[in-house]
Amino acid sequence: MNIIPFLIIVPLGAAFLTAVIGRKVKALGGAVANLAALALLAFSLVLALGGSGTLVYEVGGWAIPFGICMVVDGLSAFMLVTVNLVTLLVAVYSVNYMKRYTDRWQFYCLFMLMVAGMNGLIISGDLFNLFVFLEIAAIASYALVAFGTEREELEAAFKYAVMGTVASCFILLGIIFIYSSTSTLNLADISLALGDGPRGRLVGFVTILFLVGFGIKAALVPFHTWLPDAHPSAPAPISAMLSGVLIKTLGVYAMARIFFNIIGIDDTMLSILRAMAVVSMMVGVLLALGQWDFKRLLAYHSISQIGYVVLGIGLGTPLGILGGLFHLFNHSIFKSLLFLNSGAVVYETETRDLRELGGLNKRMPVTGTTSFIASMSIAGMPPFNGFWSKLLIIVACVQVGRYGCAVWAVAASILTLASFMKVQRYAFFGQLKEKWANVREVPFLMKTSMVALAAICVLGGLLLLPGLKSAFLDRATATLLQGREYAGAVMGSSDQEVTK
Amino acid sequence: MSLYFLCAVLFAIGVYCILTKRNLIKIIIGVGIMEYSLNLLFILVAYRMNSRSPIIDEEWLSGALPPITDPLPQALVITSIVIGLATKALLICLAMRLYEKYGTFDITEIRRLKG
Repeated sequence: MNIIPFLIIVPLGAAFLTAVIGRKVKALGGAVANLAALALLAFSLVLALGGSGTLVYEVGGWAIPFGICMVVDGLSAFMLVTVNLVTLLVAVYSVNYMKRYTDRWQFYCLFMLMVAGMNGLIISGDLFNLFVFLEIAAIASYALVAFGTEREELEAAFKYAVMGTVASCFILLGIIFIYSSTSTLNLADISLALGDGPRGRLVGFVTILFLVGFGIKAALVPFHTWLPDAHPSAPAPISAMLSGVLIKTLGVYAMARIFFNIIGIDDTMLSILRAMAVVSMMVGVLLALGQWDFKRLLAYHSISQIGYVVLGIGLGTPLGILGGLFHLFNHSIFKSLLFLNSGAVVYETETRDLRELGGLNKRMPVTGTTSFIASMSIAGMPPFNGFWSKLLIIVACVQVGRYGCAVWAVAASILTLASFMKVQRYAFFGQLKEKWANVREVPFLMKTSMVALAAICVLGGLLLLPGLKSAFLDRATATLLQGREYAGAVMGSSDQEVTK
Repeated sequence: MSLYFLCAVLFAIGVYCILTKRNLIKIIIGVGIMEYSLNLLFILVAYRMNSRSPIIDEEWLSGALPPITDPLPQALVITSIVIGLATKALLICLAMRLYEKYGTFDITEIRRLKG
């Protein structure tokens, strides 16, 4: 039996089950979501560690390029592990945290739909199918941002939904043009149909459409305006999912896959990506410096950190791509952890304003310690995981002579440190304010999830050890580096490894 | 050719509507116009003048009949319409809840988030 389709079937089934029975059996939603997330993580680990090469599943037995296919290669496996790892820990955290809200079954239903959309997007080998899964994940996330149904939540969700729909329209327009010129929707087949010759004007236009569409989804400056509103307004577990994995899957992964493996990347495109990355890095961190709202500050840092990821990938060298992808993994871990920390603070104190907090370390030691680890990781302090990936990106910049990029990356890192010193100083260190004297540590499951993420932050650097690196990161890097040979890998594997 | 041009005009009207209108409902209509222009374009891309439905039978194989229309985009457009329906239903729900909270559809008065 092939496990690839179960990456979509399991979360969709969980969402369906929650929608049908969850309204009556209150505890069911959380249990189903946790079990589904556990199963998904197990499947993705099997795919990441078990297989080498490219696995192709043809839906309904229709041969490529006529049917829809699902493809799991190094990059997909890497993204699957990242997404499902965060999903599992967020699901564990939600069990306690979501007690604040009513109608929790709706939350779990939408949450599982969002996960189904992301998993589907990652393993899709078909351009229109990719678009459909992108929309499933996006629409579920619009609804989740509005989950609190207070004034700010609704306003942020409306803005996010309109921006997201415009982005989807641009992506769909790109797909229409690609289809009209190649008459196929299979990613590998499109790559073959475009051929190796020079790219015409149509492909250039499509590139711009995809850059805008996926740029909005990834919140690269200048398309970032929805993110600082939408991410803080969602419930904390969803903020962790949105900042941690959604913008990377819908934006960075889809962009990298299409530009590197399908259209084929050239120097102009790489320099556009690098320019956008550097601007995102600096603008994000500068805007974050002035924030007093805990979650809004974290949201601005997401823009900045996505800049690092895109900068690494935009260098186009093996070391740069390795650094970019490693930073993608690390960011999903420490940014989720920070949002969960902010959720823990809100859970106990009902405020997100840093000026009102203070001295919480004394009352909430686990939250305080884990947030310190995450802050140091995001600021790039050794020995935490963020340090290693930033180091790789900066070394890669110097290696190809992009000293400017390297200097900006270091500068953004220092400003990130400054900004998180502020968070630590105002929220967790210092004198305990009187009104927080009765604050307690958060419940057990929330603590478990935060400690697990903090442990990954501490041990994340070990992924660069030779044995682990070749199994996990090198395969993902190799997928992007092979460029348009992706088509051959997908088509070629249909002889041996295909399962129907 | 003029039909393609009209699609572009429709798309531009949608974008204009989203960018300049202050009423939530008008913004939602703008989103709708944008999506419809893309659906129309997708159908047009696959359409052949004086063509017939894509049924391959003896008669067509003998070569006597006109070319056939590409059926795939029509299937895709149905999917795209359904996605558009879901998005607009959600947007309208949000607009209704916003009206309950703020008592207005004017986006210049719905401004709690900034910075």
